[in-house]
Amino acid sequence: MIKKGTLPAGAHFLSGDIACAEGAIAGGCRFFAGYPITPATEIAEHLSQRMPEFGGIYIQMEDEIASMAAVIGASYAGLKAMTATSGPGFSLMQENIGLAAMTETPCVIVDIMRGGPSTGQPTLPGQQDVMQAKWGSHGDYAIIALSPSSVQEMFSLTIEAFNLSETYRVPTLLMGDEIVAHMWEKVVIPPASEIRIVNRKKPKVSPSRYSPFMPDDDLVPSMACFGEGYRFHATGLTHDEHGYPRTQSSEVQSRLVRRLCEKISTNEDKIIKVEGVMLEDADVAVVAYGIVARAALSAVKKARETGIKAGLLRLITLWPFPERIVAKVAKEAKAIVVPEMNCGQMVREVERAAKTTPVAFLSKLGEDPHTPKEIFELIRRNV
Amino acid sequence: MVQEIVHPLSKYLRSAMIPHIWCSGCGNGVVLNCFVHALDELQKDLDKLVVVSGIGCIGRTAGYTNADSFHTTHGRAIPFATGVKLANPELEVVVISGDGDLFAIGGNHFIHAARRNIGIKVICANNFNYGMTGGQQGPTTPLESLTTTTPYGNIEHPFNLVHLAAASGATYVARWTTLHVRRLTQSIKRMLEKEGFCFIEVVSPCPEIFGRNNKMRTGLEMMDWFKRASVIENFSDPSKAEINSERIVVGEFVNIKRVSYEKFFHEKLAQINEKTVEW
Amino acid sequence: MPERIMHPPLESKKIKQPKAEIHIIKDQCKGCGFCIRYCPKKVLEESQEINARGVHPPKIVDESKCIICGFCTAVCPDFAIFVFEKPCKEECEA
Repeated sequence: MIKKGTLPAGAHFLSGDIACAEGAIAGGCRFFAGYPITPATEIAEHLSQRMPEFGGIYIQMEDEIASMAAVIGASYAGLKAMTATSGPGFSLMQENIGLAAMTETPCVIVDIMRGGPSTGQPTLPGQQDVMQAKWGSHGDYAIIALSPSSVQEMFSLTIEAFNLSETYRVPTLLMGDEIVAHMWEKVVIPPASEIRIVNRKKPKVSPSRYSPFMPDDDLVPSMACFGEGYRFHATGLTHDEHGYPRTQSSEVQSRLVRRLCEKISTNEDKIIKVEGVMLEDADVAVVAYGIVARAALSAVKKARETGIKAGLLRLITLWPFPERIVAKVAKEAKAIVVPEMNCGQMVREVERAAKTTPVAFLSKLGEDPHTPKEIFELIRRNV
Repeated sequence: MVQEIVHPLSKYLRSAMIPHIWCSGCGNGVVLNCFVHALDELQKDLDKLVVVSGIGCIGRTAGYTNADSFHTTHGRAIPFATGVKLANPELEVVVISGDGDLFAIGGNHFIHAARRNIGIKVICANNFNYGMTGGQQGPTTPLESLTTTTPYGNIEHPFNLVHLAAASGATYVARWTTLHVRRLTQSIKRMLEKEGFCFIEVVSPCPEIFGRNNKMRTGLEMMDWFKRASVIENFSDPSKAEINSERIVVGEFVNIKRVSYEKFFHEKLAQINEKTVEW
Repeated sequence: MPERIMHPPLESKKIKQPKAEIHIIKDQCKGCGFCIRYCPKKVLEESQEINARGVHPPKIVDESKCIICGFCTAVCPDFAIFVFEKPCKEECEA
């Protein structure tokens, strides 16, 4: 029973969507703008109830484009803001995700992946948007994308997403899938005092000396908000450190765009998170994420029982891609296998990092993720 | 000692960005001028003002005003402004954008923000075309006008923006031209003191592009059209407030009271937190 | 309704006529001509000089005719002209 207006510390039985919504509130989110879309609708519905209990704002906008625009507006006005959608809405949001990246807006976008492309299979899972998470908007920029594989992670990674977005002033994506979103599992919610919250860096100088896009040593600028007297300008046009448009300068373009990318790449050691299971002596390493990683874990355990030295590298951070970790695992293993619910997306990154180590891919589309048996067979074929 | 005399409204402008990029005779400068005049007459706290603009020549306005400002993607100024206003209802959020940005790509957002009665204030500089990109047809281009994408004459009926705004639920709707500087300033002041979604259409000259393509090559010729054709019909039926070569119906059309979205939301918040219902 | 004065004010001979001070920021002018055309007292006209933008800024014909209506200040798209009442000293007597 979740009490009105309190954060429900303790064990609960929740669905992934509800856990994500509770995670948002726990992470400090006080603004949600969204649009109904299967299978993310429950996040909106739950927040329409819970957000006002915490004095937060919930609004259903007229479409996903407006939702993303409103999220950026609310973030610039000082609130931690989030939206949740699925494939078709995620595509609509891309232009404004680019705006968020360009204006270095902290915000969280949840994409509960379903069968695509286009309207696809609204009620069935997929992992077909993972490349889009990185490359979805036009232009060069970097974002952070996380992949939950349990309901507990739908809660904890949402908090993590807010912390990362605030630390790096970057839109952070939570790439869930329909199964993780709709399944019900036990979630342990820690007391609020044990939840680590990170807030955006505030300016240390007076308004007259403030430049909204002047980076500190970590390549991240401090962020003033509307109404604090800083009177700054932000634009989606290429801009200088003062925020003013500089559309004719190659030097400014180069400096800005490279910094937006390097802001994430140079800090990737602090950002990237993976889970390694039995990798120390693995001959075959399974690289998986999301719901597929659950089946992969079973398969790896079964393989070990039959004497195959299998291990699992579960990607928690999809972007920035854990290239060096995958390369290290690839060097120490004899083969890598990648099961994904798409036609081959993260496997391309794995192949790039694995270099000469052979990589086998198993695609599955439709209602069910790979069964542990299918992944076990895949491991066995590649020993 | 010679004291340097500066324009009395220069404190409302970002000095680093002035002079602006707008053409000679462009109405955007007049819109900005009336806007800052209104801010000055009301002695508005610039620290609580947020100016949001979309893409287009008028979109540069956000960069020129000395206040927190944001230049969004095309058509999305209104939903961005919605997010700002809801996150901090103490802020005065003003959207200054163009006819194409607000009513073509942004049309859906306009009607919903008006329907919801979000307390943002919208000023539309209507210059009848897409000026920034070279003069293409837009949703307010008059019938038979020549633009770069209607070389045979425009065959689309234009929107009647005040009618659209009134029908969508705006609580304050007015139309003026850039010639009606006093009344425009008064309207902006009225709008800034009003609760709810407010809309002012400013019929604005684009002499370099729209004017040049339609036999009004200078700002003065376009202003002459406004002078000749304007007729003030306050509170007349907005559906009949036409714009053509003979008649530009201007005035205040709607001024009603309707509780704003953010006020209603906060009333609900207060009610929710009084009850002790458990979920 | 504003009250209309139907007869000249009784103190009209004693009241000082406000004197105008018109400032033109010549190089900021883009030569649109709005101030010249719409001044109710025809105080301005186009000058012959060419400014940094290659256009003719306005020049003052007769500052004493200016009634400080402020229309030029309000209608200038470029913030290049403004008028205010000259601070009055004893020498200001009409």
